Order: sequence, then C-alpha cells, then structure tokens
Amino acid sequence: MSDSAKQPNSDLTNLNSDYATKYGFRDPVDYFHKGAKGINHEVVEMISKLKKEPRWMTDRRHEALDMFFSKPIPQWGNTALLNEIDFQNIYYFVKPVEEMSKDWDDVPEYIKKTFDRLGIPEAEKKFLGGVSAQYESEVVYHSMRDDLKKQGVIFLSMDSGLHEQEEIVRKYFGTVVPPTDNKFAALNTAVWSGGSFIYVPPGLDVKIPLQAYFRINIENMGQFERTLIIADKGSRVHYIEGCTAPIYSTESLHAAVVEVIALEGAYIRYTTIQNWARNIFNLVTKRASAYRNATVEWIDGNIGSRLSMKYPCIQLMGEGAKAEVLSVAFAGIDQHQDAGAKVIHAAPNTSSRITSKSISKDNGRASYRGLVKIYKNAVNSKASVECDALLIGEEARSDTYPTMEIDNDQVKVEHEARVSKVAEEQLFYLTSRGLTEDEARLLIVNGFMEPFTKELPMEYAVELNRLIELEMEGTVG
Amino acid sequence: MTEKNPLLDFRDIHVEVEGKEVIRGVSLRVYSGQIHAIMGPNGSGKSSLSNALMGHPDYSIIKGEAYLDGQNLLKMSADERSHAGLFLAFQYPLAIPGVTVANFLRTALKSHRGKDADMSDFRKIFLKQMDALSIDRSFATRYLNEGFSGGEKKKVEILQMAMLNPKIALLDETDSGLDIDALKIVSNEINRFHNDNNGILLVTHYQRLLNYVKPHHVHVMINGRLVKSGGPELALQLEEKGYDWIEKATRGKVEV
Repeated sequence: MSDSAKQPNSDLTNLNSDYATKYGFRDPVDYFHKGAKGINHEVVEMISKLKKEPRWMTDRRHEALDMFFSKPIPQWGNTALLNEIDFQNIYYFVKPVEEMSKDWDDVPEYIKKTFDRLGIPEAEKKFLGGVSAQYESEVVYHSMRDDLKKQGVIFLSMDSGLHEQEEIVRKYFGTVVPPTDNKFAALNTAVWSGGSFIYVPPGLDVKIPLQAYFRINIENMGQFERTLIIADKGSRVHYIEGCTAPIYSTESLHAAVVEVIALEGAYIRYTTIQNWARNIFNLVTKRASAYRNATVEWIDGNIGSRLSMKYPCIQLMGEGAKAEVLSVAFAGIDQHQDAGAKVIHAAPNTSSRITSKSISKDNGRASYRGLVKIYKNAVNSKASVECDALLIGEEARSDTYPTMEIDNDQVKVEHEARVSKVAEEQLFYLTSRGLTEDEARLLIVNGFMEPFTKELPMEYAVELNRLIELEMEGTVG
Repeated sequence: MTEKNPLLDFRDIHVEVEGKEVIRGVSLRVYSGQIHAIMGPNGSGKSSLSNALMGHPDYSIIKGEAYLDGQNLLKMSADERSHAGLFLAFQYPLAIPGVTVANFLRTALKSHRGKDADMSDFRKIFLKQMDALSIDRSFATRYLNEGFSGGEKKKVEILQMAMLNPKIALLDETDSGLDIDALKIVSNEINRFHNDNNGILLVTHYQRLLNYVKPHHVHVMINGRLVKSGGPELALQLEEKGYDWIEKATRGKVEV
C-alpha cells in the first residue's frame, strides 16, 4: 500500500476544519439570568418563580428534588464515568432572552447568526411545520404554520404549553415518566426548562414533520428539557429533533425527559439525531405509552458525547398496539454509547421490533442494553430484537446486554445479534474500483447505517452522513 | 495490431500467499486491441495472478515488475491502479450491505473523475448499460451483490467495467455461474467494450466463454507458471483433451 492511500483526501480534511465553525462555534452570550452553580430548593423555587408557574408545578419540582437527593446514582452501566458527574458544579438554569419570540424579526441578531449557521431558516422554508429551537434553556424562536394552527395542532415550548394548555399538561405531565423512575428523571422534573409540547387533536393527520433544534451553549450548563407529546385518538404525527453541540473542555450534563402518549389508534414517530460534544453526559429518559391499536416509533441516532445512556421505551398498554425502535450509535475515541430499548407488552396481540445498530471506532465502546417484557395477559404478542455491531480498529468494543422476560408461552420472540468488522476483502473490492481506503471504509459504514438513514427526511440523512464522515476521519482500520 | 508499447506488461512475477509461493515467474504483454486468455485447471494460480495485479493485500508480489501503459503498477495502491486504468471483474464479488448499486457506481465514477458526475448524464448511461446487460432496473437501488444470484453478480461486474471504462480489464472466471443466455449477453457486452485502445485478460477454466469472446492469444497456466501459449486453437485443444496432456508434456520442464 502506498503512502498516498493512507492520506485522507482534501474533502475530508476540509470537513474537519468545518467542524469547528459549523458545529463547534460559541457565541458570546450575555446571559440574562445566569444563576449560581449547584442545586437546592432555592434554585428550584427561583426557576419556577421566574417562569411564573402555577403552584402545583412548583410543588412537583420540590418533591422531585427530594427524590433526586434520596436516589443513588445508578449502580449499573458505566458507573466509573457516572461517578465523575459533579452535580454542584453545574448551572441549572440559564435564560438568554426575556421573552419568547414569535417572529423571526424579533429574534436577537447573535442568536439568528447561530441559527443561520445551523441552517434553520432554510429548513423551515422547505417543510417545517413549526420551529421550536432551543437555545440555552429557553425556547427563543417558535413558529407554526397557520394551517396547522387552524387544524388545532398545538406545538409550543413546554413552558408556553404549561401556561396556555395547563389542563392538558397537568393531566399528562409525569404520567409516563414519573420522577420516581430514576435519579435523572427526578432531577429533570425538579429543574426542567424548555422542550416541546405537542397536542394533536383526534383524527388529525399532521402531514408535515414538526421539528425542533436543541443546542447547549454554555460551559458546565446542564440542559434539562422536557418534552410531552400527546396524539389523540386516531391522529398521526412525526416529531423530529436534531442536536448539534459545541466543543467544550469541561463536563456538561444533559438529562432530558420525553413523554409520549399515543391514544387509541394514534401514530407517533419521534426522530432524534444527537451529535453531542465529546464531554457531554447524555442521560435521557424517553418513554411512550401506546394504547389500543396505537403505534409508536422511536428513531434514535446517537453520535458524540462522553457517555450516553438512553433506552427509549414503549409501553404497549392496549390490545393491538405496536412498537418500533430503530437506533444507531456511533462511539468514537473515549466515548461510551450505552444505548438500547425497552418494550413492555402489557396487552394481547401487541407487537414490537427493536433494531439496534452500533459502530465502535478506535477505543470507543458501544453497548446494547435492552429489555423485552411480555406480561402474562399479553397473549399472541410478537417481539423481535436485532442487534448489529460494527467494529473499526482493534481496540473498539461492543457489548450486548439483552434481557427477555416472557411470562406467557403464546408469544413469538426473536433475538438476533451480530458483530462484524470492516472486512479487508470488502475494502479491497471497493478500492479496486478507485475509492481510497478512507472512502471505502466510509461507504461501508454508511451502508451499515442505511436501514436507519433511509428512515430520515433527506436533509437529516445528509447531515448524518456528514457527521459520520467527520467521525470516521483518520481511522486506521 | 500495432506493435507499440504494451498496455499491460508484467515480467517474472512471483506471488506469495500466506508464505506460499503460488505464482512462480510469469511474464506477459497485452497490447492495446488484444484479448488474451489464461486457462488452467483449478488451483493453478490464475485468480492469484489477477488479484496480485490488482493489488490485493494478501497477495504479495515478491519478485518481478508490472506496468500499465508504462506506469509502474507495483508502486500503486489498489485505488491508484484503478485510476491508472486497471479493472478486475471478481470471481466472487462481495456484498456491500446498505450500499446501492447506483450509489456505489456514482462514488466510483466520482473517484475516477475527481468530481461528481452530472446526475442526469449518469442516470442515462447507467440505465442504458443496465438494459444492455438485461439487468432489471430495480437493481439500481438494490444493495451491491446482496442476495444476487451468481449470474447477477457477474453481470454487475461487467456493468462496472463498462461504466469505468478501463484500459485493461482482468476478467476472473466471469463465465462461471452464467447460464447460456446470460453468457451470450455478457459476452456481447465484453465485445462491445473491447476496442483498439484497450486490452482484456480473461482468466477461465473452461473454453465456453471463448466461443463468444475470441482471444488473440491463449496461455495455459499450470502450477503457477505459464507453460504453453498459442492461438485460439489451443483453447479448443484443451476443451477436447483436458489439461492432463499439457501437464504431462510439461512436467519435466516445470519441476526444475
């Protein structure tokens, strides 16, 4: 092999420099409300007061904080990394602008610049149903097409949702992910800020995906957005969130909670692509309840972060409900992606499919951790789990921790796990057609991810491929 | 046939696989406009030779020289050899899951041209080529070689050859796995590809492909060496008598 074959081509080199400008920039933000670091009841009270929340929410926050204090850090997964989190060295609330803007014109210039570089206005022109872009802890830009509004779709920031749709929020908030669930869900409930609130009225098919962009932009700042989606009977909606984060040198915590409720016959697809900076702890609780004949699909892509722990869950609560989890994780240098899925079959004739794909590169580590639980009454249910790991380099690591708890024998359960390496023979085949080794490896990796990528809207697929290209750079197979 | 510089020229090539010498001094010149066939029994080293020439990392050329249109092949990586105009149609093409035939070919063409091909031009040529090979158009969006039959894989190899338009095409057992209709179609395309400015080196066990693609020269490889060369009639002799008679006739000479 000649030396030139080992050099990344100029496209890839240029892409690297792009990373800092396109995804790693920071704006000098004069933070409007930047409280002190650390967490206590005073901070919680302040957050709630600043947001002018109803008392019941303030009370919920305080209760949740007590739960947070009383719960131990999880004793499973990558405990060494989890123990590195210093909860008293984190900002719990930052509010960059006084009020939420409804018009693009009202958005401050420096924030607009950020969004321009993320390409939000362009995306909006194409097919945005509504934008809710999170900058810091507060939603600063929010718009929705008039026609959607007329149809009765409610798409707000969670903060506005609480004020404008208090009834619905009060009815569903914390019902799918209670603060008792885990330490990070408790923390989120105590200090949540931002996130999306969506309600789709009965029978409505929302044809355009609803999108939100999230972004962390200050060191040591935790982001605790809270998302609640309710699809009423027979309605359909697709929600998309994409994340890009700047590069930082100190630890940062992201602990979101997402609650999704698909009522009878409803369909919800929730698509996420997260590209966190390499120092971020991404500890997210995502859970959905699917009622009779409802369908929930999590499409979940995880790139970056120091440690991600994320197991999107679907509870099949009614007969004939369906669950689909399709996830991909990319673990690069010093990263641990501990991702997976949970499906709870709690009713007859329910079905689920989990497809988990992971790529580990260099000393990166990807773990699949999953649970399929089928209760005794969930007869004639079907579940399939497929885990597919691709290793790049000798140090890369992949683990699988599948758990199946099947309480009745009238079910069909399949489990498949594969680990593969980028094969020398495949590389030769592709290089013999003129691709450099780097290009060949990238093509193989993109091909491996294709079952995931093809589920994404075009512009997300393009962005994901670009991110993977950056991550793959300089790989020595 | 003009006697200018050879397009493909290799001299005294020795190839080692896993420490074992499988090609033991092979020389050949292919001039532009020529079709050569290397025939030989299984295990004689035919595929090792083509893999080594293409630059497979497991097939090290431990001795000898090889030039493509005057350029030193042995100093190039596989992708550079491809860019220089060498092409290998594989005996057993591998599947690349998730990569569609169309996407793969676009990427390969881009690497050759240094820029993306115009989409509508690409589409036009690509579909025309698929039609010529009687490859169903649905294959454009199928994953490369995944779930393809043996014959479909071979057709797609020839499709790639036609699209990349190399100076020298090494065709490794391209006829195996083809039924008679597919063999005719594939042969047609090989003949259509062939012109005065390129050269073909066919590697085959059987004579049947040579009924359709007429070689100018036929060489017999046994035990890692070319032991006999001749015209097209040599292939017919082999078909009739098998390889035994040559093996017997050359044994004394080969085992020095």
